[in-house]
Amino acid sequence: MSPPSGITRATLLKDLRLEWRSKDAINSMLFFSMLVVVVFSFSFDPNAEESRQIAGGLIWVAFLFAAVVALNQTWARELRNQVLDAYRVSPAPANSLFLAKAVGNFIFVTVLEALMTPLFIVFYQLRALGPAWQLLVVAMLGTWALVVNGTFFAAMSIRTRSREIMLPLLLFPISIPALLAMVQATTAILTGEGARFWIVLLVTYDLVFTTGCLLLFETVLNAE
Amino acid sequence: MKRAFPILGVLTAILLSYALYQALVVAPTERTMGDVQRIFYYHVPSAWTAFILFFINFIASVTYLIWRKPAADIVALVSAEVGVVFCTIVLVTGPIWARPVWGIWWTWDMRLTSTLVLWLIYVSYLFLRRFSSGGQTPTLAAALAVLGALCVPFVYFSIWFFRTQHPQPVMGGGGSIDPRMLHVLLINWLAFSCFAFLVCWSRYRLEKLQREVEEAQALESLTEAPRSAR
Repeated sequence: MSPPSGITRATLLKDLRLEWRSKDAINSMLFFSMLVVVVFSFSFDPNAEESRQIAGGLIWVAFLFAAVVALNQTWARELRNQVLDAYRVSPAPANSLFLAKAVGNFIFVTVLEALMTPLFIVFYQLRALGPAWQLLVVAMLGTWALVVNGTFFAAMSIRTRSREIMLPLLLFPISIPALLAMVQATTAILTGEGARFWIVLLVTYDLVFTTGCLLLFETVLNAE
Repeated sequence: MKRAFPILGVLTAILLSYALYQALVVAPTERTMGDVQRIFYYHVPSAWTAFILFFINFIASVTYLIWRKPAADIVALVSAEVGVVFCTIVLVTGPIWARPVWGIWWTWDMRLTSTLVLWLIYVSYLFLRRFSSGGQTPTLAAALAVLGALCVPFVYFSIWFFRTQHPQPVMGGGGSIDPRMLHVLLINWLAFSCFAFLVCWSRYRLEKLQREVEEAQALESLTEAPRSAR
């Protein structure tokens, strides 16, 4: 039996290769978040000063909606040909599968953010008044918070009827504190205020929910 | 046990009427807010009852995940359902009280928002139970309940950082309250807790019977199938 890290790496590489060849998730996420940006620009008149106040919320709402598109595909792919059932009967630890999926989604959403952020800056004439490198920290922590819970709840919603609807219903309420922290931290950095409290909150949130998901994932995967 | 249920029902009815009398007649009128303030005796006890029920839901879910007893699952389901009802009462009475006192129905302050988020989390829990089928429902629901409970401190702290308009908590918040008012509040809370317990109990019995019926039906269809084939 290969070590848990080997299983994680194999699954992750397989997912990345699949995505590299099909580009399903990243294309749909990109287009979706672009639509959100355009639709938002109709609902108010953004000028530089005003948009700095709301851009934090706007960026993260666009990313959150787009991430759900990718998260929904995470496990649906494994249902075809009973891959998930095969995984369940294999002696491989469930958590290495979970970590592979979470890291894979993290990479997808990070790529999306890297591609979309320049567009946001251009469309809304953004310029950070605070330390811009903190935005990177907030983005990493926030993305992980969304993705770790999202991967977990996607595994849960795949077991229900109307699974595509179920994921946002489960994910959004629990993500509200993380979303609030991401939005507030981003706005604080863009307007030049301190964001330390929100970053600490995000780190704690990430630690608590990563631990919680790892402890509970095996139970959820094997629920009959 | 069967006789205890109607006795508790009658006791709860008496207690609720006594609490109503206390809240509307005996309790002193608040100096600035006037009679509107009497909604306090429904608003606060409902909130406490809802929080207790959500806590019971968490304990029952952890118990279920450890020992896999169906009874724990039923307790978790029932406490979440009744908790959502009481939380809804809080969210409805709050704006009714806020409108004449603050001049607005709703404000995004700490307490209102955290209660709303709590309500959303447990409504999503009930959604999950409704949408999943078969024997996996209790496990999935219990896992969600544990993560939902983990979320509660974060909701509290993140929203705490905003300015708050809501008065400080009556208990342990450094606020002062007339002892006669506190007395009426506690009586109302007792009455509401008894009522919640009563509803939970009857819902528990209903759910248990329903599961027994479903099991019997499943068994029946299993034994009937070969006979009809013959």
